[in-house]
Amino acid sequence: MSKIIRHILFCLNCLLAAPALAQDAGAPIQELLQAHGDVIAKSSRKTIGPAIDALAASGLSAAQRVLERWQAKEMWRDEESGLFVFAEEIDRDTIRIFDPAGDTEIGAVADDGYKQLKPNSGIRGMIGAALVQFQLSAPDPATRATALDAIERDPEASHLAALRKAAGAEDDAALRTRKARLERLLTIRFDEDDAARIAAIESFAGDPAVDVRATLNPLIATRIEFAAEAPQGDDIARTLKPGGGALPRADAYALLVAAGVAPPAITRADKRDALVAQLRDGTVGGYRVAQLDTEAARDAAYARLAEAGRVAAVATDAEIDAALAAHVIFERFIGAPPAVALAARGALDAIETKVNLNRAADLVLDALSLASIYFLAAIGLAITFGVMGVINMAHGEFIMMGAYTGYVVQQIIPDYTISILVAIPLAFAVTFGAGVAMERLVIRWLRHRPLETLLATFGISIALQQIAKNIFGTQARPLTSPDWLDGSLVLNDIVSISYIRIAIFVLALLFLGLFLFVMNRTRIGLEVRAVTQNPRMAGSMGINPDRINMLTFGLGSGIAGIAGVAIGLYAKVTSEMGQDYIVQSFMTVVVGGVGNIWGALVGATLVGTMQKGIEWFNPSNTLAAQTYMILFIILFIQVRPRGIIALKGRAAEA
Amino acid sequence: MSDMTLSAPARRPLVLRHPSVLVFLTILALFTLGVTLLSEGAGIGAISTSFVKTLGKTLCFCLVALAMDLVWGYCGILSLGHMAFFGLGGYAVGMWLMYERTRMIVADSLAAAELPPTAQEISDGIATQIFGVVGASEFPPVWAFAHSLPLQLAAVVVVPGLLALVFGWLAFRSRVTGVYLSILTQAMTLALSLYLFQNDSGLRGNNGLSGLQNLPGLDDIPQSAVSLWFFWASALALGVGYLFCAWLVSGKFGSVIRAIRDDETRVRFLGYPVEGFKLVVFTLTAVIASIAGALYYPQAGIINPAEIAPIASIYLAVWVAIGGRGRLYGAVIGAGFVSLLSTWFTGGQAPDLVLGPLRIQWVDWWTVLLGLSFVAVTLFAPKGIGGLVDLAARIKSPDRHGADLGPDAGALREREADQ
Amino acid sequence: MTNKLFMTTAAAALVAAGLPALAQDCPIKVGVLHSLSGTMAISETTLKDTMLMLIDEQNAKGGLLGCQIEAVVVDPASDWPLFAEKARELLTVHDVDVMFGNWTSVSRKSVLPVIEELNGLLFYPVQYEGEESSKNVFYTGAAPNQQAIPATDYFLEELGVEKFALLGTDYVYPRTTNNILESYLKSKGIPAEDIFVNYTPFGHSDWSKIVADVVALGADGKKVGVISTINGDANVGFYKELAAAAISADDIPVVAFSVGEEELSGLDTSNLVGHLAAWNYFQSAESEANDAFIAAWKAKMGEERVTNDPMEAHFIGFNMWVNAATEAGTTDVDAVRAAMWGQEYPNLTGGTAVMGVNHHLAKPVLIGEIQDDGQFDIISQTTEVPGDAWTDYLPESAVLISDWKDLGCGMYNTETKSCVQIKSNY
Repeated sequence: MSKIIRHILFCLNCLLAAPALAQDAGAPIQELLQAHGDVIAKSSRKTIGPAIDALAASGLSAAQRVLERWQAKEMWRDEESGLFVFAEEIDRDTIRIFDPAGDTEIGAVADDGYKQLKPNSGIRGMIGAALVQFQLSAPDPATRATALDAIERDPEASHLAALRKAAGAEDDAALRTRKARLERLLTIRFDEDDAARIAAIESFAGDPAVDVRATLNPLIATRIEFAAEAPQGDDIARTLKPGGGALPRADAYALLVAAGVAPPAITRADKRDALVAQLRDGTVGGYRVAQLDTEAARDAAYARLAEAGRVAAVATDAEIDAALAAHVIFERFIGAPPAVALAARGALDAIETKVNLNRAADLVLDALSLASIYFLAAIGLAITFGVMGVINMAHGEFIMMGAYTGYVVQQIIPDYTISILVAIPLAFAVTFGAGVAMERLVIRWLRHRPLETLLATFGISIALQQIAKNIFGTQARPLTSPDWLDGSLVLNDIVSISYIRIAIFVLALLFLGLFLFVMNRTRIGLEVRAVTQNPRMAGSMGINPDRINMLTFGLGSGIAGIAGVAIGLYAKVTSEMGQDYIVQSFMTVVVGGVGNIWGALVGATLVGTMQKGIEWFNPSNTLAAQTYMILFIILFIQVRPRGIIALKGRAAEA
Repeated sequence: MSDMTLSAPARRPLVLRHPSVLVFLTILALFTLGVTLLSEGAGIGAISTSFVKTLGKTLCFCLVALAMDLVWGYCGILSLGHMAFFGLGGYAVGMWLMYERTRMIVADSLAAAELPPTAQEISDGIATQIFGVVGASEFPPVWAFAHSLPLQLAAVVVVPGLLALVFGWLAFRSRVTGVYLSILTQAMTLALSLYLFQNDSGLRGNNGLSGLQNLPGLDDIPQSAVSLWFFWASALALGVGYLFCAWLVSGKFGSVIRAIRDDETRVRFLGYPVEGFKLVVFTLTAVIASIAGALYYPQAGIINPAEIAPIASIYLAVWVAIGGRGRLYGAVIGAGFVSLLSTWFTGGQAPDLVLGPLRIQWVDWWTVLLGLSFVAVTLFAPKGIGGLVDLAARIKSPDRHGADLGPDAGALREREADQ
Repeated sequence: MTNKLFMTTAAAALVAAGLPALAQDCPIKVGVLHSLSGTMAISETTLKDTMLMLIDEQNAKGGLLGCQIEAVVVDPASDWPLFAEKARELLTVHDVDVMFGNWTSVSRKSVLPVIEELNGLLFYPVQYEGEESSKNVFYTGAAPNQQAIPATDYFLEELGVEKFALLGTDYVYPRTTNNILESYLKSKGIPAEDIFVNYTPFGHSDWSKIVADVVALGADGKKVGVISTINGDANVGFYKELAAAAISADDIPVVAFSVGEEELSGLDTSNLVGHLAAWNYFQSAESEANDAFIAAWKAKMGEERVTNDPMEAHFIGFNMWVNAATEAGTTDVDAVRAAMWGQEYPNLTGGTAVMGVNHHLAKPVLIGEIQDDGQFDIISQTTEVPGDAWTDYLPESAVLISDWKDLGCGMYNTETKSCVQIKSNY
């Protein structure tokens, strides 16, 4: 039905459009486009260069507009006539087209006869670079900023002059600083005058930004060369000693071989092939084939062949040494004139320490962030474990329930900010309820049987996980953070941390404060502490330990629910997310010490820092970091079986 | 049924003191005979080869459940890491199976070359074949003994035994007990599985070792026969294992470890080296688990690190708990019953349950049922299925006047202390 | 006379023996071996539903060889040993004529010995690491040269990337693919120090350090690109961290081999616009066949459901199998296999897929940019690329070819001119 309507609409469109379809095929801009028509349609970065250059250099007033709309994937081509048009999609099958000459509307047509040009991001970058000359002095600051982005991305020598021309006229202060900085960067890169380049390099002294390093590093590029005599000249970066760390002996020799000044070394495979080629009547070099099943025999056979002159002789170690000794191998600067390269190297060396310090700082931030996540995940566990001596294996599933609560709320309330504000208390309520129910129905009946509690809660964990799978499916669900949590706090190019992680950190601090307040300043906290220390005595003082246990368990679970929302925001919501955190949470509690919030805090910090620290040493394998961390914890327990902050006195015996 | 007397001064033979052992062994023998007669390989073909494999694997599960019962039901150590040992046994045997099978292929293929292959070339060829799929072509050091079946069989005993010994010594020495120990054993198996997941571990990472059902050099023998061999071997191992465990727990050693379970501190005060006993039980059960694994994985055909993830060990505890702790036949019943039921439900054969508009598909809901029934068993029937035997034999738990005797209410007691 | 009589009898016997083979046992059984529970259910359930839809459609068209097709669905529960067990059950207990299934490489490796022993037939629909060609498997997903290599070429040539971060989940597919890519990049003149490789565990969620490491790669002034073989859920955290770090696709493009429409539905993609994925199929491909396929899928499963690459692989694989069985006049595995070689079927993206004698498909390679609606904008589409079982970019594989038709070998060494082995590596 809808298809029919669509067809009717098409025809209406066609009727409407037909009279206006007259397009100016002879306009200069169209002619220029046609001249490069095939290249533009082919849309490959390798071949598109001349077309973009021609457009940019054409001086036509429409050129800028064409480039812009082409870049925005708004240019289409009439498959029949080959004419280019601008187009906007009305729906899946219809487009409204415009004439590139003058940007006048032609009408709405079916998109069947037109093919959209889809420049890839490489081409879009080139178009952006070409547009710079138009945009750098544009009245709109946003356009000028776009031009600066384009220069930062794909700097060209021609941009330097354009920037210098435009820099003076800039009235926006922020853009003016950016322009000035870019101008200095481009000076380093493209200026003809070495003195100006060195001055620009010196102006960046101590700046660890990535773009500075990205500009400087190509300048100190070197090439390995060799000569019979020690070379003279200031473009020699350093001489290399074969066999040293920078140049293994084999590589050094390969260099000589490649230049043809030394005979090639012969590999095992070459040797085998040579032997096979010399095989006559089942013997080679006086050896029978059956004997050649060891390398030693093959070497001997080959040596005999070499003596007989039937194969090339193998270079001996002594010959290799002699060849290497006869040459001096060195690195020559090829990125820039020696003076500039030396200045760049000096600047980079000076930055290096700073860069490393910043990296360390960034790692510390990461570690803190991870620690806060672990803390948030573990705090509920620490409470229940500490107060009741109960290990809740379903703790991870409470985290998951919280996250799914957040997801469901977002389905109902589309505004992300409000939905998060609703989701957090709701997640607390849901998991608080679940926790209380679990305590009353299961855990209460298994008092003093911690092992069985462990198993029973595990049964619940399995069941909850599968129920979540049955309800929500196994696909990861989106939990999207509000706009104000998007992005990162950027201190510099190296040190940055996303706002969502900061929010989690703040949340963790908040809970720490809240927990301390409740435990130390309120009646209920007093009762909880009393029950923790001695339930019987507390009971005889009129405190109902059952009620306290129930509330504590609910509180612990509720916090897990909130942690779930937070974790869902930064990572993912799946039915198995709880499993990712449960073991880490246990580690946190066990390392830190049971029954003490400070223990959980110290534990989380240690576990988080540890994990990041191991990642730092072994950056290519995050899995190894986790393995080593667990091993460390197992060993750590040997040293402090009760955790870092252990309870003392009677409570420790509980 | 276990007997209800303390070890009598006059030592009668084990099977007479414990009639349940004889009953069990008879049932096992009859079962083995029955399956053999019904199988495709040696009988009328009523049982398919794949089901023979399933049954053989179930027998291995029963064996590892025995080990779990010994360490948990008798000694009170809730180990959540015994499947790690099971997996290690599988890896040890798998390495030889894989190496030997590949060596034959490579030797055949290189025999066609013009020069006879050197030892190095053969080794390189095998490495490329085995590790090609994980993007490596060199033998890691752990494969040093893979060429030798006796050495790898020794590894089945030695590697898990050593690991258990070291881990147990570290843990028991520092008096880590109760839930702490459980968590620690879980951490151990998690660390091991994460380690094996890495390709750098040299055991093919996530892919693990596969093609284990093909015995090297026996390509012409059909799987229907091979599956029966393994079935018999598993039944034999279970029988021997059962006898061994029954012998172990029937003597003084058994009394001491039960006492450790019920009150560790008192046993220590009585002068027994509690840590030593625990260590022996822990290591011994690790070796039994490893032997079970070594028999299991050639039947399963593939072993990979997911097999030793913490969840596997927890299921092991579930089997033993549902079967009934502190009685050997309980563990066997639990493992056999739950794992076969699991196979049936997840196999899609179980009919859907229709509750009005709701249609419950067991594939989806079986895990929920398992989890909840596990909670129910813990709460309401801590003795598990083994409790039914008590009912039938009219064995009653003494009235404890509401007081808990020890931490482990589910485990069967030889005789309760008087209140 | 005796001779003649003997021959007639023999001929009669042959006819008699041949008849049951021609008259097909009805119904024809198709095994569906996809996990419906466990970690892989997320991806594989979709494929099970696809198979049921395709079988229903075929039955509505009158079935196959005059028989209705019956699907036998089993659940290997993401448990690798169980895959082998279920495959054996399908082949021996249910007597299926063909199987469609598996997602992970390890599950395929688990099934291989069983189907090679019992001479079964399996269609494997997922992009994989290659280095395999089994007599009993048809690989309808992409081999590395149909996904990874073209995407890398795109990075090198179209985006001008000079420095590569290969990020992957630590398992076979990323390991092997990255290994091939490393070798390939070196052959293209990229020095080893410009290739950064990192592996993370399944479901990894803490990506801040890795993303920071990738940004830091740009410090030597070379354009950085990320090639991601990160699998499944872990992608959610990865892309969230990318978005938070405000890494634009123009600065550091990311091309993913395991992220499709299905995975993006778990994400807000507005911050990811412009990042790339390489597949042989995108839902956004414009063709009538695709429109019909999507419409049928949505009618069966619901409006919000999306289609993806492995679904198309099953679509092609199933239809090819139907045509091959029709040509062979039987569902006998050996006959169908012979009929499969050179079998052609139109792709959903336009063009024609061809089954090669190495049991891999020739398919076009598409590169798409992520859009804010969770779909892909196809910006590059090649002509059909024949799948290569053994990569040309690893020295030990370069000498191997697979040709089941003429050489009868899946692992043929062209140097020694000998078949390394008939069965596969497991």
